[in-house]
Amino acid sequence: MSNSKLSQSISTDGADPKISEQVLDVEKDLLSMESYSTIGNNLVEDAKMSVRNVNVFYGDKQAIFDVHMDIKKNEVIAMIGPSGCGKSTFLRTLNRMNDTIDSCVVSGEVTMDGENLYDPKLDVVELRARVGMVFQKPNPFPKSIFENVAYGPRLHGLADSKVDLDELVENSLKKAGLWEEAKDRLHQPGTGLSGGQQQRLCIARAIAVEPEVILMDEPCSALDPIATARIEELIEELSQNFTIAIVTHSMQQAARVSHRTAYFHLGKLIEVNPTETVFTMPEHKLTEAYITGRFG
Amino acid sequence: MQTSTLVLFLFVIAVFAFYSSQNRSISIAGKLGGIRKLSSLPSYYGTYSVLLTLVPVLLFISLWISLDQLVIERLVVEKIPKEYVPLNTSDYQLMINKIMSISGGIIKNDSVPSWQLDAAVRMRQLSVISQWSITCLSIFMASILVYWGFRRVSENFNARPVVETIMERMLLASACIAIFTTIGIIFSVLFESIQFFRKVPLFDFIFGLEWSPQTAIREDQVGSSGSFGAVPLFVGTILISLVAMVIAVPIGLMSAIYLAEYANTSVRAFAKPTLEILAGIPTVVYGFFAAITVAPVLRDFGESVGLDIASESALAAGAVMGIMIIPFISSIADDVISAVPQSMRDGSLAMGATHSETVKRVVIPAALPGIVGGILLAISRAIGETMIVVMAAGLAANLSINPLDAVTTVTVQIVTLLTGDQEFDSAKTLAAFALGLMLFVVTLMLNIFALQIVKKYREQYE
Ligand SMILES: Nc1ncnc2c1ncn2[C@@H]1O[C@H](COP(=O)(O)OP(=O)(O)O)[C@@H](O)[C@H]1O
Ligand SMILES: [Mg+2]
Repeated sequence: MSNSKLSQSISTDGADPKISEQVLDVEKDLLSMESYSTIGNNLVEDAKMSVRNVNVFYGDKQAIFDVHMDIKKNEVIAMIGPSGCGKSTFLRTLNRMNDTIDSCVVSGEVTMDGENLYDPKLDVVELRARVGMVFQKPNPFPKSIFENVAYGPRLHGLADSKVDLDELVENSLKKAGLWEEAKDRLHQPGTGLSGGQQQRLCIARAIAVEPEVILMDEPCSALDPIATARIEELIEELSQNFTIAIVTHSMQQAARVSHRTAYFHLGKLIEVNPTETVFTMPEHKLTEAYITGRFG
Repeated sequence: MQTSTLVLFLFVIAVFAFYSSQNRSISIAGKLGGIRKLSSLPSYYGTYSVLLTLVPVLLFISLWISLDQLVIERLVVEKIPKEYVPLNTSDYQLMINKIMSISGGIIKNDSVPSWQLDAAVRMRQLSVISQWSITCLSIFMASILVYWGFRRVSENFNARPVVETIMERMLLASACIAIFTTIGIIFSVLFESIQFFRKVPLFDFIFGLEWSPQTAIREDQVGSSGSFGAVPLFVGTILISLVAMVIAVPIGLMSAIYLAEYANTSVRAFAKPTLEILAGIPTVVYGFFAAITVAPVLRDFGESVGLDIASESALAAGAVMGIMIIPFISSIADDVISAVPQSMRDGSLAMGATHSETVKRVVIPAALPGIVGGILLAISRAIGETMIVVMAAGLAANLSINPLDAVTTVTVQIVTLLTGDQEFDSAKTLAAFALGLMLFVVTLMLNIFALQIVKKYREQYE
């Protein structure tokens, strides 16, 4: 089967001057392959979420091919890969945000604590409260800072009184490291904050409903280095209480914040390994090519 | 030559100018070794020649035409014996018109006094002279300019920036015409209104509760001296607009929400053009519909439930006006709702909100300023709407806030005041201008306010 071809090309010496050509060959093989298997430890013992056999289509176009993967409880897992390889699409299967795109069809099984997320009887609204999401571009609602954070709790009836709500908002802002900057301007518009602050506001908003998992889709790509560093610190703190899956285009970021790293290529999950392994001794030729900067 | 023929002939000259200059530039280029040696492309030399010829000559002609009537009139009147020239402006105008008619052959020559005949003959002669001079002068001018343009073609003369500048000036001139026309209209309304306020105090007009503009035409006639309190008209206008808004705002808004948020592409593809067709129906058709269908149905319905509904009720006119405004509101609201970034919806959905919660709590609040702006624009349209109310609202200036009564509006009164035979400086006629001015001021303020809101809203997402 084609897998043998893959491992063949992988065993070739990395210093070979013809390496780019070989990488291209591997990529070509990958395209033509009917089935493939992910390299590394994509499956773990105590999984928070399990993804099996997942394929995602946009109309006729397949964006994700047969992905098997587990996300461990309280880990930070980074997803990297060239743009257009399906990282965002994959991330969105985890909270069923793909449902909002008409042409998008997901097949396979995604479970969280053993419960099938694609069960027709499952309440999507409740699921999204349990799996929060932070987007690439900070998207605070055009409301006050307070109202932004209170949005989820109000929606799900998490606070019974004004005092409860105040406390909840304060705690969320504190956890998101925004309290000191925001406490004097809680009732001013969230859109008036700086980009980095807005993104932390979005994180505060997401954690205000106490999700179990937080998905982050390139949360720092619109931010400057200092704001990025703050968010990265924050991710580290949050990982004590939450399970985090983060898509990033910055390999340094993946190396800094994540415990495991998953490498996607052309909609296929190529390799999942502890982050250190991925960035020091990648197993797959394509992973290596990517982290050494041979793909965009 | 007739002026229209002359202009046509000038265009022929312009075509000639274009080709001669273009060809000359091409032949110069040929000698130098290619078009690249020229400072501009050949067509620019042609265009330059055309503009050089047409712009001054056409300006000259229009100046001549606007002045020659005046000059001829002066020259004719000069020769008329003093005792026949009236001092009063309107009689003077009457005399001029008469002379013009005679010289144009509209009035038979044999039945008029000889001094008028002389004047008419003189007028005729002068216009012929004027016609000939303008023909000769402009053709002469055009020939010189064509020749000049032709001579200027050379490899060093860069026609492109010159053409660019002239084009820019012409566009500027067009913009100015539009603006000055508007200003002109405003001023003419303003001056007539000032005349009106000399006869009727401003205070009485704005706060007066009674509107009956019938004034006696002759001193000895019986009848009221007219009262010009505009309050009933404005109350009527507001009442009808309010009825229209009560109908148009909810329906327009909800259809916009459906179209922008829920409808799939095929429904949208069908519904949007349909709404636009609704917006394209001439208001006179709506007026018909209001007067002939809606009003009787409402009155019959009222009778059957024991309500007394006037056959020209504010309700009927307002309802139909509301229907007219629905597409207006729904299209603006649709635009502003669609302009709310998808990331807002995603953010809300990802928090576990349902679609309708997202619409209610995020999309509508985000779009609200734009929607309010749209509604204000719609109100200003309703206030200025004329045809529907002329046909359906009636003339009785009742001061009433009951939509089942017959009321009248500012626009209806302007129409009735100005149709039919009128003395142009009577208070009755001038009142129309005052009403127009009020209407203009109100809608202008509404529009400025609304556009301000809409603009602010746009900036929010930029
Ligand atoms: N809404 C959509 N409709 C159709 N195709 C899409 C849509 N979103 C993404 N795709 C396609 O799916 C593939 C994966 O996209 P995406 O998940 O956004 O990649 P990444 O986040 O890794 O850059 C791309 O080829 C993209 O063109
Ligand atoms: Mg992406």
